[in-house]
Amino acid sequence: MSDGARPAEATVVPPGAIIGPGQTFGSVTDKISSAVLDRVPRGWWIGFGIGLSLLMVFFTALGMLFTYGTGVWGIMIPVGWGLDIINFVWWIGIGHAGTLISAILLLFRQRWRTSINRFAEAMTLFAVACAGLYPILHLGRPWLAYWLVPYPNTMGMWPNFRSPLVWDVFAVSTYATVSLLFWYVGLIPDLATLRDRSKNILGKKIYGIFAMGWRGSASHWHRYETATLLLAGLSTPLVVSVHTIVSFDFAVSVIPGWHATIFPPYFVAGAIFSGFAMVATIAIPLRAAYGLENFITLKHLDNMARVMLATGLIVAYGYMMEAFFAFYSANLFERSMMHLRFTGPYAWSYWLLILCNVLIPQLLWFKRVRTNTIGLFLVSIVINIGMWLERFVIVVTSLATDFLPSSWGIYTPTIWDWSTYIGSFGLFLTLLFLFIRFLPMISIFEMRTLVPEAEVEGGEEHS
Amino acid sequence: MSTPARLHGVIAEFTNPTDLLRAIEEARAAGYQRMDAYTPYPVEEVSEALGHHGSALPGIVLVGGILGAISGFALQYWTSAIDYPLNVGGRPYNSLVSFIPVVFECTILFAALSAVLGMLALNGLPMPHHPIFNAPRFALASSDRFFLCIEATDPRFDADEVRRFLERQAPRAVSEVDA
Repeated sequence: MSDGARPAEATVVPPGAIIGPGQTFGSVTDKISSAVLDRVPRGWWIGFGIGLSLLMVFFTALGMLFTYGTGVWGIMIPVGWGLDIINFVWWIGIGHAGTLISAILLLFRQRWRTSINRFAEAMTLFAVACAGLYPILHLGRPWLAYWLVPYPNTMGMWPNFRSPLVWDVFAVSTYATVSLLFWYVGLIPDLATLRDRSKNILGKKIYGIFAMGWRGSASHWHRYETATLLLAGLSTPLVVSVHTIVSFDFAVSVIPGWHATIFPPYFVAGAIFSGFAMVATIAIPLRAAYGLENFITLKHLDNMARVMLATGLIVAYGYMMEAFFAFYSANLFERSMMHLRFTGPYAWSYWLLILCNVLIPQLLWFKRVRTNTIGLFLVSIVINIGMWLERFVIVVTSLATDFLPSSWGIYTPTIWDWSTYIGSFGLFLTLLFLFIRFLPMISIFEMRTLVPEAEVEGGEEHS
Repeated sequence: MSTPARLHGVIAEFTNPTDLLRAIEEARAAGYQRMDAYTPYPVEEVSEALGHHGSALPGIVLVGGILGAISGFALQYWTSAIDYPLNVGGRPYNSLVSFIPVVFECTILFAALSAVLGMLALNGLPMPHHPIFNAPRFALASSDRFFLCIEATDPRFDADEVRRFLERQAPRAVSEVDA
């Protein structure tokens, strides 16, 4: 089914509903599990093929990097952080929406999150996997990455815990671990469903192993719900801390344009902004391809667009304050760095960033754009690009023209910079398509709680 | 008691949570104690009717979090101030403020691991086999059916009597479950 000719509005989901009419426990279970157990649409093979091809590009780029070293990239002095660090920050920011949807919206009892949380969490995991690779590739000798971890060694040395780069190791690895745990715990009941419905002996066994013998006992559900709430409560400060610590990589230094106290909140808002844009970018084609308009309704798209609009405004405020700080600090270097951002060699990237992240997202004020699948899809792509440009502006313009004009330098990414970036989409897409193929992309058991028959009649009201 | 030794219990299948809840309340009123319900999604009312209040889990997570904080700090203090004191920019060896991020991350990591492992341990999972899986049509418990099993360990258990009791609760089917 194509989204192009006939927009999803054609299905009769009442406006504002978070699940289509006439759904039952059985229909929800059938519809979502059939995407895994029954048919493999041709679109899946095309998507997986694209992902796998890009993954080959990634492997090629890594082969070059491992053979010749980071010299294959355009990085030099003074711009020692290039596309690799930009991509690291960009990918990890994208991951934040998944945790926000699964944890923070759970704590706020936003029931509309139910149908998008599973694949948003998967997106988090895969984005963190892509992000985590970059600092390691950037090491120069990536095979010594384990030196980052504090372990007793014959050199008698320990990491310097006063460095934000070491904080990053702890933040990103904790984030990856906790996201994986949260995602897996959420999957257990659905794995049991797949175990019970799979007709394939091998599938039954594998799903059975990972379902760990889940049998839906009331006492188990009780502890399960407690565990989920606790994990949500733990993930909420965690997700805020991760991008805060990523921003410390910049803010703790003394480079003009980096040394600013606004960085942590502004980075976190930017992370949520780009993350929701990526969720929309994935959700819109997915609901069209698998006919999930009854589960991912226009209400979901509308809500996601509102989050993008709000966080986009915070980000715009961040840009304004960055410029204001530079002016108000009366610091020569800060002022000239800002001036060069507006008019210098990289001015194109700054104004493109303002266009993508500040001007175009204003379209989301209009309900017609928020509930138009194609319109929202295009805006979300623009935001993804804009947020990448933001990191480019922060990383490159600050380093290229820092203090002494005699030490300035212009960074031009090489083909291997770009192929390492494009290739990471291969890793992301390959993992995403494998996930869609083998695991339920929407939480089945949580969707069951939304159908009308889940209402317990005559029971005491527990709200 | 005419109960065959190899019986896990008697199970009734319901099509909706309301009937299940009513059956649990009736069973409690009739004096049965050892029973468990199986539902395709968490039903708060059912857990409460079965008397599941509170849990040891928050305590476990709290202890896990505190242990994480202590370990995170101990690691940094011992490595930076005792085993490998290194003067970095004139900062004190015990750079408390700089140690906060790692302490925080360790707290969350240990607490989250405690939440997941604690939940699994308290639930006795992984448990690849359980007698309840012998019940006919039990596979539907992960799809759209609700089950109530009165177990053979109940002091008042009598297979025929329990069967008659459950049949009065408007079930879709009642059957015995082999142990």
